[in-house]
Amino acid sequence: MSMHKIKVTVNGAAEEVEVEARLLLVHHLRENLRLTGTHIGCDTTHCGACTVLLDGKPVKSCTMLAVQADGREIRTVEGLEQNGKLHPVQEGFWEKHGLQCGFCTPGMLMTSCALLEQNPHPSELQIREAISGNLCRCTGYVNIIKAVQYAAEKQQAQKEAAHAAA
Amino acid sequence: MPQPRTSKEISGMGHSMKRKEDPRFIRGKGNYVDDIQLPGMLYMDIVRSPFAHARIKSINSEKALKIPGVLAVITGETLKQYNLHWMPTLSSDTQMVLPVEKVMCQAQEVAAVIATSRYIAADGVEAVEVEYEQLPVIVDPHKALEPGAQVLRTDKKDQKDNLAFHWEAGDRAATEKVFAEAEVVVKEEIYLPRIHVASIETCGCIADFDKVDGHLTVYMTTQAPHAVRTVLALVAGHVGLSEEKIRVISPDIGGGFGGKVPVYPGYVIAIAASVVIGKPVKWIEDRMENLQADSFARDYWMTTEMAAKKDGTMLALRIKTVADHGYTNASANPSKFPAGLFSICTGSYVLQQAFTEMDAAYTNKPPGGVAYRCSFRVTEAVHAVERIVDVLAQKLKMDPAAIRLKNFIQPEQFPYKSLLGWEYDSGDYPKALKLAMKNIGYDELRKEQAEKRKRGELMGIGICSFTEIVGAGPSKTFDILGIKMFDSAEIRIHPTGKAIARFGTKSQGQAHETTYAQIIAEELGIPAAHIQVEEGDTDTAPYGLGTYASRSTPTSGAAAAMAARKIREKAKKIAAHLLECAEDDLVWEVNKFTVKGAPTRSKTIQEIAFAAYTNHPQGMEAGLEATFYYDPPNLTFPFGSYICVVDIDRGTGMVKVRRFMAVDDCGNIINPMVVDGQIHGGLSQGLAPALYEEMPYDENGNNLAGSFMDYLVPTSMETPNWETDKTVTPCPHHPFGAKGVGESATVGAPPAIANAVVDALSHLGVTHIDIPITPERVWRILKAKGVAQ
Ligand code: FES
Ligand code: FES
Repeated sequence: MSMHKIKVTVNGAAEEVEVEARLLLVHHLRENLRLTGTHIGCDTTHCGACTVLLDGKPVKSCTMLAVQADGREIRTVEGLEQNGKLHPVQEGFWEKHGLQCGFCTPGMLMTSCALLEQNPHPSELQIREAISGNLCRCTGYVNIIKAVQYAAEKQQAQKEAAHAAA
Repeated sequence: MPQPRTSKEISGMGHSMKRKEDPRFIRGKGNYVDDIQLPGMLYMDIVRSPFAHARIKSINSEKALKIPGVLAVITGETLKQYNLHWMPTLSSDTQMVLPVEKVMCQAQEVAAVIATSRYIAADGVEAVEVEYEQLPVIVDPHKALEPGAQVLRTDKKDQKDNLAFHWEAGDRAATEKVFAEAEVVVKEEIYLPRIHVASIETCGCIADFDKVDGHLTVYMTTQAPHAVRTVLALVAGHVGLSEEKIRVISPDIGGGFGGKVPVYPGYVIAIAASVVIGKPVKWIEDRMENLQADSFARDYWMTTEMAAKKDGTMLALRIKTVADHGYTNASANPSKFPAGLFSICTGSYVLQQAFTEMDAAYTNKPPGGVAYRCSFRVTEAVHAVERIVDVLAQKLKMDPAAIRLKNFIQPEQFPYKSLLGWEYDSGDYPKALKLAMKNIGYDELRKEQAEKRKRGELMGIGICSFTEIVGAGPSKTFDILGIKMFDSAEIRIHPTGKAIARFGTKSQGQAHETTYAQIIAEELGIPAAHIQVEEGDTDTAPYGLGTYASRSTPTSGAAAAMAARKIREKAKKIAAHLLECAEDDLVWEVNKFTVKGAPTRSKTIQEIAFAAYTNHPQGMEAGLEATFYYDPPNLTFPFGSYICVVDIDRGTGMVKVRRFMAVDDCGNIINPMVVDGQIHGGLSQGLAPALYEEMPYDENGNNLAGSFMDYLVPTSMETPNWETDKTVTPCPHHPFGAKGVGESATVGAPPAIANAVVDALSHLGVTHIDIPITPERVWRILKAKGVAQ
């Protein structure tokens, strides 16, 4: 099996590693970098437990080779919290009981984070559409939607506060 | 709902406390089995049978063993040397760990490859060559039970047919008499198809055997770690595994729903591999293995009949079931209940007679019969009764709400002895149904439906008024493989008045770390934030049977309260010593003992805890801790009334759930937010089989929905905005009046949805549709009735 040198920036840190051509990105993250927050829930690209952000866009890291991430930027759930401050989506999920077993949660958080970056004021339907590639077996989604709405409001409030301070 | 007695700071019962487990999960810092990496760890992957029934002519591992990094290929012959090729199931049948002669279902484990990485293990699986000789396949349980059918279990000497067991309850003759004389009889063939729990985390383990000291540690996706430890000690005692040297650790679990109760062959093979090789071996199944090989749920064919008077008075219920068990009876049921608690099938109604019987068949399908988010076959029973009640209402042209209100067990009849032998502890069924009707605007909906019908539009309203039976169970009757179904709690109060508590159960998302802390906070006044809850490590937790069948709050939750009360008893003695008064002069309020009539003289639990270690009375044992093994006096009987509104597209047959109102009664509530979360999740797992999910097989025993491509777990697009409400009828025999809630909604939702769809089509003469009610199924009916657009 051929080996390849790749350079991937993960949560802001550039890492240079040699990987097998067939290594999936999700296994690279979980097993080489020990970022085990990104989960695996299927083998057909349906569950979204493995969702990470590739150059800001949500991708299913189980359906991508590590070599395809060469030169790209990846964000995982471990990178959401900044300087000891939870990301608004993390707060939202905690506040609104948007998780139970927690297994789908990292993928849900990354998808929600990408949605809010692209669309800070999503409608309920837009939230439902955005997370429709992420399966949750525990929550019934209703509280996840509330969590994302909470995060959107929180982000807005933070922006306004920053604006007022400036 | 009653107001909480404690402050928010203490967060006892009734507070929607934010979950204590969430900080790690939202940071990606959960610790699931596959997240654990041990030094020198090897990986296992499994060769599975493509055939549903075949003789194994040969297994050739040569090519696999040549692959660099493949260390071993384990077959049935390997395990046979240790007599580990068969194992007992939870229903005291036998299951192959790895086959020696033949495979009996598709995806059955045939051999296992041990390698240095998961990729190499998968390469090894590809390279193992197995030669099969196909045998005739039986997939239909009715055919399996026909006289002269090929006997599948040739391994069992006394087995002369494919009957796994026959079971019955009730008075057959008396029931027949009522039916013979009844004014009205309705009958439907109701099939609840095979489905799968499909937790988003699959199953897996790491077996780590230390050859030097003989210790075996198994990190495992299990809902019942103690039971697993004991089973391992019992089945592998002869190869030197001794219970004190076995440690089962169930770390964070990514959803269980009953699917993580059984001991699957994969776990046992990984353990055997680790014992032989002396290194840790990790096995994580993929989704297809999970769906195709792990325990299924349901698969009951229920011929359901009800006898009644013309005025709608229900008289008798009769259900004859053919149950498909796959190639072995691996149901996760209490020993004395081969059909689980199916005898709850008389439901919420007063009847004169009831009789139910079951023939369970062996077929060439994977085994299982797990209690998928239900207390052992309650979902099946409730579906049958709640459907047939609607069929009766339709026949008599009665409103489905009216017929239920007419026949409900009345509040003053509790405790109520059911015809099939249960003592329902408490209930107020009319109240729950009336609240659901009011909340959803039942009468207006009926008017709207009449209007729409005139215009040819299809809208339906479905009701389900279920009675659950959960919290197994009293040791008189409830055991699994002989182990009584009590459960436990152990609480230790630290000198500074904080606490650690450990339990025999195991959360898989149910928020035990939060809710158990709240129970103790309620009883002792220690803030829940300062009570650390631990479960899932057999070396540290007290013995218990685990979490499933909504039993955690009824058993371990009760044990927590009882252990806390023991602590309070001792605390009282210490307080009397500190305050220099008689114990009888003390009153307990929230978090302190106060001298009667002297409100300024009191000692808080924190002061008492400190004294327990620094200034305890002479002659008293130091410390402040207690353990309690709670043996429930009865089961608990949560109930509820659900109303569902559906609209049906005449062009596509697509059913849309427009509204769903769930009124639940689970007695006193520990954490309202968590209870609602449990109900949302349960409703979604009721919606799933009602409209989408099914695990069908073709005539050759090929699984037709073995991945998420075909097994349709609902997404955010299909799931409606659940509406919930509560009535509170405390359980009279539970220490704090709770009943268990995790499964009510999975049980109650499918019949509510099915009833709504049939209601939408009832004017066309439709009386029953089997779930899942797919667009195709509906469209074919519309087409046949000439109303498809
Ligand atoms: S693991 Fe399921 S989509 Fe990636
Ligand atoms: S919280 Fe368990 S799968 Fe979503």
